[in-house]
Amino acid sequence: MNEWLTLTAQALAEQLRRGELQPSDVLRALAARIADINPLVHAYIEADLESALTRAAVLERGPRRGKLYGVPIGVKDNICVAGRETACASRILAGFRAPYAATVIQRLEAEGAVMFGRLNMDEFAFGSSTETSAYGITKNPWDLDRIPGGSSGGSAAAVAADCAFACLGSDTGGSIRQPAALCGVVGLKPTYGRVSRYGLIAFASSLDQIGPLTKDVTDAALLLEVIAGHDPADSTSAPLEVPSYTQHLTASVEGLRIGIPQEYLGAGLDPEVKAALAAAGQQLEQLGMRCEPVTMPHTPSAIATYYLIATAEASSNLARYDGVQYGLRVTDGTGTTLRAMYEQTRAQGLGAEAKRRILLGTYALSRGYYEAYYLKALKVRTLIKQDFDRAFERYDCLLTPTSPTPAFRIGERIHDPLSMYLSDICTISANLAGVPALSLPCGLTRDGLPLGMQLLGRPFEEARLLQIAYAYEQATAWHTKHPEAVAHA
Amino acid sequence: MREAYETVIGLEVHVQLNTQTKIFCGCPTTFGAPPNSQVCPVCLGLPGALPVLNRQAFELTLRTALALHCQISERIKFDRKNYFYPDLPKNYQISQYDLPVSHDGWVDAPLEDRTVRVRIHRAHLEEDAGKLLHEGVQDGSLVDFNRAGIPLLEIVSEPDLTSSEAAHAYLTTLKTILQYLDVSDCNMEEGSLRCDVNLSVRRAGAQALGTKVEIKNLNSFKAVRAALVFEQHRQQQLLDRGERIVQETRLWDAKRELTASMRSKEEASDYRYFPEPDLVPFEVARDALERIRTTLPELPHARAERFMQQYGLPPYDAHVLTADKAVAEFFEATVTGGAPAQPAAHWVMGEVLSFLNAQQLTLARTSLQAAHLARLIGLVERHELTRPVAKEVFVEMARSGQDPQTIIAAKGWRRVADPQALATVVDQVLAEQTQSVADYRRGKTTALMYLVGQCMKATRGQADPTVVAELLRQRLTNLMTKE
Repeated sequence: MNEWLTLTAQALAEQLRRGELQPSDVLRALAARIADINPLVHAYIEADLESALTRAAVLERGPRRGKLYGVPIGVKDNICVAGRETACASRILAGFRAPYAATVIQRLEAEGAVMFGRLNMDEFAFGSSTETSAYGITKNPWDLDRIPGGSSGGSAAAVAADCAFACLGSDTGGSIRQPAALCGVVGLKPTYGRVSRYGLIAFASSLDQIGPLTKDVTDAALLLEVIAGHDPADSTSAPLEVPSYTQHLTASVEGLRIGIPQEYLGAGLDPEVKAALAAAGQQLEQLGMRCEPVTMPHTPSAIATYYLIATAEASSNLARYDGVQYGLRVTDGTGTTLRAMYEQTRAQGLGAEAKRRILLGTYALSRGYYEAYYLKALKVRTLIKQDFDRAFERYDCLLTPTSPTPAFRIGERIHDPLSMYLSDICTISANLAGVPALSLPCGLTRDGLPLGMQLLGRPFEEARLLQIAYAYEQATAWHTKHPEAVAHA
Repeated sequence: MREAYETVIGLEVHVQLNTQTKIFCGCPTTFGAPPNSQVCPVCLGLPGALPVLNRQAFELTLRTALALHCQISERIKFDRKNYFYPDLPKNYQISQYDLPVSHDGWVDAPLEDRTVRVRIHRAHLEEDAGKLLHEGVQDGSLVDFNRAGIPLLEIVSEPDLTSSEAAHAYLTTLKTILQYLDVSDCNMEEGSLRCDVNLSVRRAGAQALGTKVEIKNLNSFKAVRAALVFEQHRQQQLLDRGERIVQETRLWDAKRELTASMRSKEEASDYRYFPEPDLVPFEVARDALERIRTTLPELPHARAERFMQQYGLPPYDAHVLTADKAVAEFFEATVTGGAPAQPAAHWVMGEVLSFLNAQQLTLARTSLQAAHLARLIGLVERHELTRPVAKEVFVEMARSGQDPQTIIAAKGWRRVADPQALATVVDQVLAEQTQSVADYRRGKTTALMYLVGQCMKATRGQADPTVVAELLRQRLTNLMTKE
């Protein structure tokens, strides 16, 4: 493996700007690495070198400028890149090429980045293991019999396996943070409204956020700095200034108060996860922060609340996949009725989990059930937000595990939706409350599987999260560990 | 017995707001563009695209709501109405459910003998769907999404109307108000004004409302009226026979002039409304609302009142003149141009409106100028032009846009009042019309009017009828005294 494939995005950009490397050379080396590793890990659905090289050639003819000059960025298969297929890892969107680029893609390209590759995911981001993809399962680079987490499993696995310098993912209930934790990389879900959703194919519009999956905290700060900010094309994006996250990374964290919600440490928590979190708390104290237990009483209701709101919105967001305009259309020849086209297209185009969630959401919104389910869920969502408001009156940041367990085995939970849904127990509340949350590596199990810790902050205080994470990262070496299974393919 | 029933009618009017661009994207709203030429990822509902509310559409909504005396909701939010149909790109429509922009207003609609106050239940903003095309397609249908995302204001009345005439008056008044506000073209042919009606009948004096039937596919005010008459009759007959009325949606068939069942309530969809998460709820700034209120134009009702007071016009004339904003403005411009109010009113209600009706034109599409009409009326009032000639001048004016003096000079149409100049004509008519002369001499004085008419005809209307009558009378008296 070429040495500089292990570089962070920031370090790579520096070398490229200095002219020590050429964007096209980096792309070719990366493509070779992907060709070696992807048959094992299957992080990428597709990686079109030709189009990336065309873009690199344009960059090479111009000035070596931009925060991400020449850096290849992998993109989850639910973020639209102009002219390229974007299918949400679903059969129903097979062949769909967006005629426009997502705002985040435009912003990355404006800083010189090169979009390279479609990263695998759970179909429409419905899952926590990347097993629901219509294009095959992604494997955890640390143990190829295990899942990488999900739904941004392809993005996390690619970064962990040095098959990507950095990737974009999306997070509706933990889809960036949980795979980041299970693959030993950094994953950041920004505050709802911090990053434009224009061009992100919606799962649950009130919960979705795009964010980076990176090798370290500095890269997370760098990517966020580039993609964040108000977008007139997204009414839900906040009209607020974006601080320079990279410049503020080294700010002092001494005296900060960290709350540890006790509800996150209950039954179902793996002992090794619990121990790693305790050690992480001690580390933060050594860095001058004060950790204290805090209670967030509505946490136990988060999963039920989430699976009503998220599925309700999803049932409506996915209604457009009907075979009329784009993507898959199934008809059985002449004389097919409109209804038959709808039914067959959706029956064959959507996977089992997508159908389950559409049915759940349709049910929750139906006459006679709306008040008892959807409306009640909205009320509980407000209570969960208030838990956070209260905690943040006293604490600068909250510390929790990212996932209650390390990566589980492929097939272990796929036939038991409820146990799969519980994988998101630590991450879901941040989406319901709209607060920013970051996962970073904080240990390895005895079996050598990565563990992640989650930092949650006040709305739009990503800078604070990144400062704490950076201080922790500087004091530890977890982020430097590499999975051996894919070290020499 | 027919009289034993009361009819209850409510109307849902969809008004296309005349914004430059669509409600949630920047696509133009021009009517009649080639299919699918005014579309983008947002109005096509492509994956990942997001709506952004058009400020102009919202302001036009507020303008209308204030003019309809509505309460404006403090918090504005949108909802998704979920249903599958191929003209609906997202398979949901962005609309408003429990919090319409405005609610609880009213409109006063003048009937011949009284005014009926119609309460407005709500007026809310939503996006239009595309259009299915079936003609000339062999297998299946085509969709034109140009209309998808055009802003619509849905105005729902309370069931305060009791007859098809009242419903027609309400619609006319509403259309006039919308035109005065300049918020919509209100062109039914182009679909910028659409109307669904709800009608039920009940025994006279009954408290509870009868079973409601909704009628769709009404493409003109005439169709609304005809459909209401038909449906009222149909329901009364059913009740006469002791049958029950089914709650359903019926379609008006304009060719066969009847309503036919489309779907019953049991088949009605559950739209699964829920708050649109892609649009953030917002508050209406009270000062912005007041600013809009101060820019509201004088509305038809107020203008009619003013016409009565300021110009001394009878109520009927005032309402006719104000029923169309352009006509009302033309009338006032004619007065400003120097014409006395009452003749101006008669000219506008008579010649101007008949000309527009006959030519199927709107004022904007003619060459008519109020200043020219004022001058023409001046000529008639000063007896420099006879009324019949003036009417001919008017037609020429409307056609060519020239001023009356130019037309009169070119045609040589000035009034002739010189008795010497008229003597020849008068003598000639008397010589030809021996029967009428005999009648007059037998004491039938009306024969004189006939003879005046003949003289007018012979001079192509240029002769002053008063002078002609005087000449005739002199000559006839002379004839009789000679004998």
